[in-house]
Amino acid sequence: MIHSLFLVNASGDIFLEKHWKSVVSRSVCDYFFEALERATEPENVPPVIPTPHHFLINVLRHRIYFVAVIQSEVPPLFVIEFLHRVVDTFQDYFGVCSEAAIKDNVVVVYELLEEMLDNGFPLATESNILKELIKPPTILRTVVNTITGSTNVGEQLPTGQLSVVPWRRTGVKYTNNEAYFDVVEEIDAIIDKSGSTITAEIQGVIDACVKLTGMPDLTLSFMNPRLLDDVSFHPCVRFKRWEAERILSFIPPDGNFRLLSYHVSSQNLVAIPVYVKHNISFREGSSQGRFELTLGPKQTMGKAVESVLVSSQLPRGVLNANLSPSQGTYTFDPVTKLLSWDVGKINPQKLPSLKGSVSLQTGASKPDENPTINIQFKIQQLAISGLKVNRLDMYGEKYKPFKGIKYMTKAGKFQVRT
Amino acid sequence: MRNALVSAENLQLTLKTDFSSEEQALTIKHSSGNEEKPIVFPSYLKEMLESNKESLKLEAMKRIVGLIAKGKNASELFPAVVKNVASKNIELKKLVYVYLVRYAEEQQDLALLSISTFQRALKDPNQLIRASALRVLSSIRVPIIVPIMMLAIKEAATDLSPYVRKTAAHAIQKLYSLDPDQKEHLIEVIEKLLKDKSTLVAGSVVMAFEEVCPDRIDLIHKNYRKLCNLLVDVEEWGQVVIIHMLTRYARTQFVSPWREDAMFDENNEKAFYDSEEERKVEQTRPYIMDPDHRLLLRNTKPLLQSRNTAVVMAVSQLYWHLAPKHELSIITKSLVRLLRSHREVQYVVLQNIATMSIQRKGMFEPFMKSFYVRSTDATHIKTLKLEILTNLANEANISTILREFQTYVKSQDKAFAAATIQAIGRCATNISEVTDTCLNGLVLLLSNRDETVVAESVVVIKKLLQTQPSQHSDIIKHMAKLFDNITVPMARASILWLMGEYCEHVPKIAPDVLRKMAKTFTNEEDIVKLQIVNLAAKLYLTNSKQTKLLTQYILNLGKYDQNYDIRDRTRFIRQLIVPNEKSGALSKYARRILMAPKPAPVLQSAFKDRDRFQLGTLSHTLNSQASGYLELSDWPAVAPDQSVRNVEVVEPAGAPALRKSKTAKSNEKRLLLIIMTKYILIHIVLSISTQFFVNCMCSLLHLCVFLACQFDAVSWHVHVSLQASSPVFVPETSHELLHRMTGKGLSAQYRFTRQPCIYGNSMVSLQLTLSNSSDQALENIHISEKSSTGQNIHRFNAIERLEPQASVTVSMGVDFNDSTQAANFQLCTKEDEFSVSIQPAVGELLLPITMSEADFTKEQGKLMGMNESSATITMKPENVSSQSVNRKVVSVANIGVIPSSQENIYRFAGKTVSSGSLVLVSVALKDPDAVITINTEKTVIGSMLLRQFKTALTNSGP
Repeated sequence: MIHSLFLVNASGDIFLEKHWKSVVSRSVCDYFFEALERATEPENVPPVIPTPHHFLINVLRHRIYFVAVIQSEVPPLFVIEFLHRVVDTFQDYFGVCSEAAIKDNVVVVYELLEEMLDNGFPLATESNILKELIKPPTILRTVVNTITGSTNVGEQLPTGQLSVVPWRRTGVKYTNNEAYFDVVEEIDAIIDKSGSTITAEIQGVIDACVKLTGMPDLTLSFMNPRLLDDVSFHPCVRFKRWEAERILSFIPPDGNFRLLSYHVSSQNLVAIPVYVKHNISFREGSSQGRFELTLGPKQTMGKAVESVLVSSQLPRGVLNANLSPSQGTYTFDPVTKLLSWDVGKINPQKLPSLKGSVSLQTGASKPDENPTINIQFKIQQLAISGLKVNRLDMYGEKYKPFKGIKYMTKAGKFQVRT
Repeated sequence: MRNALVSAENLQLTLKTDFSSEEQALTIKHSSGNEEKPIVFPSYLKEMLESNKESLKLEAMKRIVGLIAKGKNASELFPAVVKNVASKNIELKKLVYVYLVRYAEEQQDLALLSISTFQRALKDPNQLIRASALRVLSSIRVPIIVPIMMLAIKEAATDLSPYVRKTAAHAIQKLYSLDPDQKEHLIEVIEKLLKDKSTLVAGSVVMAFEEVCPDRIDLIHKNYRKLCNLLVDVEEWGQVVIIHMLTRYARTQFVSPWREDAMFDENNEKAFYDSEEERKVEQTRPYIMDPDHRLLLRNTKPLLQSRNTAVVMAVSQLYWHLAPKHELSIITKSLVRLLRSHREVQYVVLQNIATMSIQRKGMFEPFMKSFYVRSTDATHIKTLKLEILTNLANEANISTILREFQTYVKSQDKAFAAATIQAIGRCATNISEVTDTCLNGLVLLLSNRDETVVAESVVVIKKLLQTQPSQHSDIIKHMAKLFDNITVPMARASILWLMGEYCEHVPKIAPDVLRKMAKTFTNEEDIVKLQIVNLAAKLYLTNSKQTKLLTQYILNLGKYDQNYDIRDRTRFIRQLIVPNEKSGALSKYARRILMAPKPAPVLQSAFKDRDRFQLGTLSHTLNSQASGYLELSDWPAVAPDQSVRNVEVVEPAGAPALRKSKTAKSNEKRLLLIIMTKYILIHIVLSISTQFFVNCMCSLLHLCVFLACQFDAVSWHVHVSLQASSPVFVPETSHELLHRMTGKGLSAQYRFTRQPCIYGNSMVSLQLTLSNSSDQALENIHISEKSSTGQNIHRFNAIERLEPQASVTVSMGVDFNDSTQAANFQLCTKEDEFSVSIQPAVGELLLPITMSEADFTKEQGKLMGMNESSATITMKPENVSSQSVNRKVVSVANIGVIPSSQENIYRFAGKTVSSGSLVLVSVALKDPDAVITINTEKTVIGSMLLRQFKTALTNSGP
């Protein structure tokens, strides 16, 4: 399956290679570099690149290309999914997945890759098991290791891989038993010129942080489970029970994990929490254009819209922007033509606005298209789909855990066409 | 600055005479995060590796792994690293493993030194240690250890721990890629592991199955239901592999659930939608789904909820290829959900949706808005979404889609805008209601400022006009007006073609365009020139009055063009249209040839023929067959026997056959011994540190002892049926055991009878002749109970009295353990004890067997490599006859003659008495030379035999 892996940084240098079968020369990456050169944007590199003898499947994350070398037929998603799992693991281990972090921890990286694949076939990808095999580096441990000469590799051999509950290690102990669940919803929407919604969907996830002693068996029930008709589960969730009773029943992994992700797509259900009034116009023959933007809240169920960030890719002909925000700060990069406006919180009494003029290159003709506006925001304590957790129960252990549920709504790919 | 530091550090490290080891460690630790180590320091790394400090070794290994990660060559350190393979420190050990797996292929001989460690670890009580030993052992790509790997895999396949069995399944693929000749044996192991009930093993063994023997679908029958039932609990990666395999399986075993007339008929989409009910009535023969088919569909359905996108895609393709059409809709939602995932996932999923949406618009139509393009999407994602939207377009939704397309056309990403124009063109041809709207929209785009957009519009308009030219002369006129402003060659060529083709609709404009073109002919691109010539010819035929001179001028220009295509075309056209005496009948038809009505081009999806590949595969993504792609077969017309999947007996899982594993164990030890003896020389030659050498010797010794203990308990199973045969030749010569002078009158002689020993299977049978040459009778002659060596001896019954000058013959058996080591024992009389020893000739340690010639060659094939020893000798002319060769060989060794079909090759077969290892001897005569080849696992016996045959066959005499 996966033959080799090359890590390529933004400037096109291979800074790590790992082979699971015979060594594949790094010159195979030349085909990748060719594709990289052809691509106008880093994201435009095709994920699957055929070469005479191999196939290169790459993913781009954190400005690093993970290029896997394949020799024969394999479902491409299999490889892509695995590569993303590798990135997630690195992130989990080192906090960030950057070139520097990987280089600093090259030995741990190598040990991880060795455990994750055997002969190109995934072996242990569950973070719980990996953490038992190879302890993540922490500052304290690094110091201790330097002094005592002990290692990152677990002395104990993990049992998780062998048990019936492969995602949870045995013998977990905590003094404070806690279980926190975050319901996070992201709105993906396209709003057209006139302010009407072209498409809107909600992508929701329930992330959990469970620190419970022993082998707890949890059930989570919802007030309105009918909302969840398109879901995907962590392997720990008992599917039959969900099918029959619409209750999530599971033995949780230890630590952080994504319990559930769901998709709400019926349009009428999706409330759009902000609106944008815009007036962007360029006149033929004039080197000035008008730019006005006003944001306002709508359908927020009384909650405040926070951390608002507006960004827009202005047309190539724009030379500079001379704007004044009523609140927050804005920046305009004359090279990439990216305008971004950090608004902060929207005050319904005093709507934030950004007004001013943009100057066009002299002689350049009027741009055909007005820029698209991308908006990011957060609303605390609200799940925009209306999903509500009813109760959380624990079986199998005697103690009383501390439970917490948090709701949040964010903008996903939220675009306004002007 | 940094460079300065590095070089200073280098100095320290290379000089480092006055640094203590601690200081060194500190220095190194300091620099371990450094990216630019310019030079490899084998010398000091080597010293660190050889030091006694664990921490130093570990630090050295970390640096080496860092080098490997950067793709630097660290193979020089192999001898120093491999020594640490047996380290107690787990991390150190793991790093050594990493190193070994990387470099073993290049340093095969040295890599063998590590094997014994893994062999020991394979017996460890801890399952994880066993598994990791097998993992590394099988990852070392050294062909010479193939037999060891084979045995290790066979043993691990019956291990009690499912984790070890899983590792064994992985090892199967590794061994297969190392030595494809092992296929048959590996299939046996796969067959065994397929029966395994553990969810851990299932995924890995199916993977091995797919890699080694994907065509052996018969192995799946009995395990089909079990695999379906286990599927939900198998780990996610295994699920993907199993689902793909089961898809292939199901296509060969079940009949099609699709009604024949509705099958994959993309143009007949209407028929599919509104006639579901009618069809059911019409159908004469009701379709009943095989319960096993249903089982597969039912058990894979929950996996659509998996968080792993590869699993969801795998299930989707399974439904696509196997499920009845009306059940397909359940996969839609899951696939659309995947679109929220990473860019790369989107790319693959969108490709598959594109293929699906051609055949089944209805599936994705409700989710049309999920395919709307965002300005932040990558270009390839945008084009795929566009593709899907175009596929989904129908009379009902076309207005929505076109409105959406209008936004895209204005996109700043011009390549995407051009693709959108193509898409509009496709919608216009497919849906006749909107053709006019689309055309008008495209004509508006002709005044766009961007050249690519205009060019693309022209090309698309040209295609559209071809379908209904008569009504659109005004558009053609409009385009002629724009012609001067358009510079993209493809667009210019398209307009010229339109002018020529429909010159009758624009009789006034066309000659004028030709006039303009005549002026600029020399500056045009080649494709434009070709179209100018074309236009000239067509105008000449329809309107020769106005254009005759222009045409001739253009033809003259073309005649001397640099491009030979244009010269050729010009010549051809001239001959065709200008009547002269030389031109034949063809010019009469010129008008019909050039002005023939041309069929309108069909604008179709680039994904149209992708369905020849199984969805979700790499081949589908690339639209070309990748190596190792397994074709999905068509449904069988008649279902094969269903009963093959019935499982009658439920075998208790995971009970390893004890006897078998023991045999395997000893085989393995034996192989190891051979390797060790062969490579012990390397140890010495390489002059590796003495300590290591001692280590090796110790492990060798340990093995020998182990061997000795094991042999009596083990019986050998030979794969081929070997029939023992009677000896071909029994030598009369007897050997002296005890001379009468030393024996105080008692003398003893022994002779090998070459018969199977009646006292024990592993004993060599001996005939002992005792005679009394003294003048008194000797009493109580027997063999002392305390035997001095390890051999197992069956003693003859004590002879109570032997009269003077009398002699008696008794028989006894000795187990020589397949070695020529002498058997020492005490021959006692009533008064005395005499130490005697029997030194067997190597040929006497064998028993003859018969087998067919085919079996012989087959077995010989298994005993190649280091199990083979051969020599070339020059034969004495008198020995060349078949008789004498046979006689000579069988007199040296107790082996049987195998009938040979080839004249110059003589074959002999025997087995060693105590272990039953095959000994195959072949003598090939090539006048005047002869090649003696001996194949046996007992390489020591092999080489000794070879020496004896050499002397026997080169010497003359009987």
